[in-house]
Order: sequence, then C-alpha cells, then structure tokens
Amino acid sequence: MMTGAAAIAAGGAGSARQPRNAALPAVIFAIFALMPAFAALTAQHYLVDTGTRIIVYAVAAVALDLLVGYGGLISFGQAAFIGLGAYAVGILSAAGIGDALVSLPVAIAVSMAFAWITGVVCIRTKGVYFIMITLAFGQMVYFLATSLAPYGGDNGLTIDARNTIAGWPVLKNDTAFYYFAFLCLLATYLLCRALIASRFGRVLRGTKENATRMAAIGFTVQRFQLIAYVIAGGIGGVSGFLLANSTEFVAPAYMAWQQSGELIVMVILGGVGTLDGAIVGSAVYLLAEEWLSGLTENWQVIFGPFLVLVVLFARGGLIGFCARLRLRHG
Amino acid sequence: MGEPVLRIKGLCKSFGSLLVNDDVTLDVMPGEMLAVIGPNGAGKTTLINQISGLLPPDAGTIMFDGADVTALPPQARALRGLARSFQITSILPGFSVLENVALAVQARSGSSLRFFGRADREARLNPPALAALEQAGIADRAHLPAGELSHGEKRALELAIALAMQPALLLLDEPMAGIGREETERQIELLLRLKGKLTMVLVEHDMSAVFALADRISVLIRGRVLRTGLPADVRADPQVVTAYLGEQME
Repeated sequence: MMTGAAAIAAGGAGSARQPRNAALPAVIFAIFALMPAFAALTAQHYLVDTGTRIIVYAVAAVALDLLVGYGGLISFGQAAFIGLGAYAVGILSAAGIGDALVSLPVAIAVSMAFAWITGVVCIRTKGVYFIMITLAFGQMVYFLATSLAPYGGDNGLTIDARNTIAGWPVLKNDTAFYYFAFLCLLATYLLCRALIASRFGRVLRGTKENATRMAAIGFTVQRFQLIAYVIAGGIGGVSGFLLANSTEFVAPAYMAWQQSGELIVMVILGGVGTLDGAIVGSAVYLLAEEWLSGLTENWQVIFGPFLVLVVLFARGGLIGFCARLRLRHG
Repeated sequence: MGEPVLRIKGLCKSFGSLLVNDDVTLDVMPGEMLAVIGPNGAGKTTLINQISGLLPPDAGTIMFDGADVTALPPQARALRGLARSFQITSILPGFSVLENVALAVQARSGSSLRFFGRADREARLNPPALAALEQAGIADRAHLPAGELSHGEKRALELAIALAMQPALLLLDEPMAGIGREETERQIELLLRLKGKLTMVLVEHDMSAVFALADRISVLIRGRVLRTGLPADVRADPQVVTAYLGEQME
C-alpha cells in the first residue's frame, strides 16, 4: 500500500507520471454547490443534511490527505482534532458564548495547540510507531472527554443553538449552514492546494519521497512535518466546529479511534495524495453507509469487502480507477 | 594552500564488537581531490557517513571549514556547504529532474517556510538548477521524472544536486558503482572538469578513475589508514600493494 501511495502522491504532486485532472475539482464543487437546489426541486430535504455531513468529514479528510498523501505521515488521530473543535464550541456555548467569531478561532487554536504539543513527540517516530502514537494521543483526548462530568461525560452535551455570526443567527437555516460548510471546504481545499505547490509543500513532499536526501541537502525534515501536522490539526478543528454546529450536540464518540480509522478509509477509498480523493472518498463512504445501513444493520459486512476490492484492484482509489478507465477508452 | 577544509582527527566507530573505523586521521586541503580506497568492509562508507553526519562517531573530531561539526546533524552540515552523493543512488524519484535540483537551490535561497506561491515557477530557483544540470550533462532530461532516468543519469543527477548546493566540500561515495564503462568515462570527464574548482573526497573501487582523478590517496585497511600520499607513491608502496592494490591491478 505504501509504495502505491507514494506513486500516487508523486502523481498528485504534479510530476509527469500521472497528470491531475484539472476539471475534477470544478465538477466536485459544482455538484456540492447545486445540491440544495436539487434537493429543493425533488423535495428531498434530507439530502441537505447528508450533504452537510459529507462536507464536514471531507474537511477533516482533506487535511488528513495533506499528511498522509503528501507528508507520508499516517496519522491515526485526526478525529481527536474534530473532537477538540467540537468541544470548543460545546463548552463555549455552555458558558454562554455562542458566536462563531469567537468559537471558530478558539476551535482552530485549541486544535493547533494540541497538534503542536503532541506533534513534537509524534514526529520523532516513524512508520507504525507514528500510527500508534497518534492513536494513543487521540485516545487520551477521548478518555479526557468521557471524564468531563460538567459537560456530559460519556453522554456528551447538547448545544442550545447553533453559533451566530457576529450576532446574526443565519446558521439556524439548514441551507445557509450547508453553504457555510461548503465555503469552509472550498477554503480548506484551496489552502491545501496552495500549500502543496508552495516552497513549504515541495519540501514536505520531498520528505515523503526520501527524507535522507532532504536532510543531505540541508532541510530539517521534522520541522516541516511538524508544521504540516499542526496545519492539519487546525483544519480538523474547523471540521469539529462544523460538526458540533450541524448536530447541535457534542460527544466523546466524535473522537473515538474508529472515527480516525473511518477518515483514513475515506482518504484511501477516494485516492491518497490527490485532495480530490478525500472529498470523493467522504461522499462515497457516507452515502454507502446511509444506503447500506438502510438494507442491513451490519452494513459493514458489505462495505468491508468492497473496500478490500478497491485497495486491491483500484490502485489510487476511486480517482485513480476512473483516470485509468478514461485512459483506456481514449 | 592555507587551512584544511576538512580535518578529521582520531575518528573511531564500532558496530557492536566490530571496529569499523580505528583512529582515522585525515586532512583535506582546499581545491584538492582526496581519494579514499580500500577493500570492501574497510570502513569507507562509514567514514563518509560520519563526515556527512548520518552516523555519530564513538570518538574523535571532525573540523569543517574551521569549525567543529562533530555533533551537528546532517542538515546543519549541508547548510555549511558539505554536500554528498550516496553509494546507493538517493534521489526523489517522483519529482522531475529539475525539481530534484531546484530543491537543493531552495535549501540555500531564502526561507522554505513560505506557504503560498508556486515553488516550481520561482525564477530564482530554476535557472541555477538548470545550470547545475547542464554542468552534469543531463539538462535535456530536466522535465522527466527522476525515477525514469538510467542508472548513470541518476548518478549524474546526484552530482547536479550536490553542485547546486555550491559546496565547500563534496563527498562522493562510489560515484562509478554499477554504471557502464561509457558512463564511467563520462563521469570521470565531468569530475575532471570540476577538479581544482571544488574540494572533493572520493571513495571509489574503480582504480582507473581513482588514478585519473586523485591528487592524493588514502588507503583504508580494516578501518585504519594504512597510508596517505601521492598516487605514484601509494602505487609503489609494497604494503599497499600486498594489502589491496595487488588484487585490483591484476
């Protein structure tokens, strides 16, 4: 899987090996932009909720792909940042502070601070150890949240109302909230695209390809990895902010390790090292969950083998699979 | 000639009970090419790895450009002007040939903590990178993925990366290993052109290359420096011939 991921990341990184489909992100975002209109026309209002859920997780998955696909850092603790962002909203709201102008920056800052403190330790490890230690820190926050008795402990905590924006309760409207989340995803995507192409991103991609070579030409590899980890953590906080507001509820389950695992599945399913794949992966995963769980309670029995097939036969995830199909048919 | 660029004193390194470098002392003068030769397992790569900072020595000091760098990590030595090639080619296979070199330029041209603006279009990075590729004779390959180069071209790319670092000292770990006769000739020619302009330490098994290039030769046998001297003297030394050159010259 790793060599496959490396090859794909190299392609996504703009080498001649696998040219990126420039139209794909435009198509993805156009679909998201038109979704509420489609839902209204066909009177399927639940689609807006589903779309919001997809967008919320896509934000975290795109950030995770920045780490996995471009930095070679397989973080198994991305959900911790979702949880931290969500709890920032929940705790502030309980204290009577319900404005996004405060809670969004706080959610980002708390997540980044946690990423910085734990990242300093995590970045010193490699491979499986990195996976384990990010998992361990994630579980640490999870258990911390379950022990927060004043904020619901295991049961979580209900938020009275969605955040206002400078006192304006616009996010109460589900469609307005959808578009707010949409803008967050667009901003996340554009930010990560810019990062990847920048000087910083080029060094980060280089550390994934060959860390020894990067050190030999004078780069302090760990510094770049740590910064990437902190950025991805901050974006995870944004995802948590959105999740708490969309459900008006915060619970430790948001940051359970299974949640981190699901994010990794989303990234791999869509195609590692493409950013687009993280969005596609979140959509397919969550839609499959919704559809299959309507058929059977044990929907993962069906989804599991599907995922195995994707990993085995669709190298580069769904995006890589579609790109190869297109090549084959002219 | 002035002060030595590199001054190694009493360097020792063992792996477990195996003594790989035993009291190695060497000076490299500005502009010279010092070749380090010796049989397999003599500790040549271990020596290079300690000079470049990949391995910490057990004892001894490494002075580079007048400063003690014994405790510095590889990236800090690189920024002081110490460049190296690897025995097993070490490049970024998924990057274009040009980007491989442009990264080396980037490492010493302004901060890399810039998060916006496309690095691959920066005017101050690409021209110097291209110049280094021209020097190494692979400028026509600039836009290929580095992984698709032939083995000899990858060797040349490593050299271009090192040149782009504008090094005060260049460590070459078996630059002719595993490449064909014709490519070896080209590599020797290239290094001959660099001779005198750059200070270099060359580890190499190909004796025709060593005697064509080296100003001085150090012979390493079982981790110890058996002899350091001019090529002609080293070649004539009976001890060196018995220990190493005999089998090489047959």
